[in-house]
Amino acid sequence: MDLIVVMVGAFFGAMARFGIGQLVKKWSTSVFPWATLFVNVSGSFLLGYLVNMTVDYKIVLGLGVGFLGSFTTFSTFKLEVMRFVAKDWIRFGMYLLATYVLGLVAAYLGYHLA
Amino acid sequence: MLYVYVGLAGALGALVRYEIGVGIHNFYGGSFPFPTLAVNLIGSFLLGWLTHFLFRTERFSPTVVTALGTGFIGSFTTFSTFSVETIVMIETGNLMGALFYVTLSIFLGLFSSWMGYKLGNRRFRRFTSREGES
Repeated sequence: MDLIVVMVGAFFGAMARFGIGQLVKKWSTSVFPWATLFVNVSGSFLLGYLVNMTVDYKIVLGLGVGFLGSFTTFSTFKLEVMRFVAKDWIRFGMYLLATYVLGLVAAYLGYHLA
Repeated sequence: MLYVYVGLAGALGALVRYEIGVGIHNFYGGSFPFPTLAVNLIGSFLLGWLTHFLFRTERFSPTVVTALGTGFIGSFTTFSTFSVETIVMIETGNLMGALFYVTLSIFLGLFSSWMGYKLGNRRFRRFTSREGES
């Protein structure tokens, strides 16, 4: 049962992340990976909020491990950072720093707002 | 339809992430978040390798590439769990642990992605030179 809950959450989380990527691609021509930055920072905020709330274990599994775990991504972020190496050191540093700093601040705020 | 494929592949990626987390937890009961670090490093390597080798060979349709890369690997790795684990470590007074975790995530993550990229590129060059001979 736990596995089903995780999978259902992840099904929607991955689709939402993909959808946001498609939307950003449609409206912006920027080489900066705004879509990944957005999902990672907003997902960190929401997960911070969720873990500090007293909710049912199944909700944490579905929304936390499943939905938000899949909504955010580490592999795409790292590959995008890698793409800037040796070509654009400013964007490399900005993207790396923005994701870690804003992601951690967002998780902190979510945690304390809950 | 592409959305459904991404969702289904994402569900599988999350399932593998969850199972690895439970599996590591059974062997190691400590508080350091090794499971998340492990999936993130493995996934970063795999995405680099797939993107720079397998997806360039044109053996897979764009649908499969998106489902596998964005869906499966994208959901297999996670950023939100990493950031919340770091905050929880800080909140419980384990400042050194948090600092160590963030440092490992930054440097080993970049290294994994770079290794995948390098090995993928090398493999792709061998692949294209063999295609040229035949």
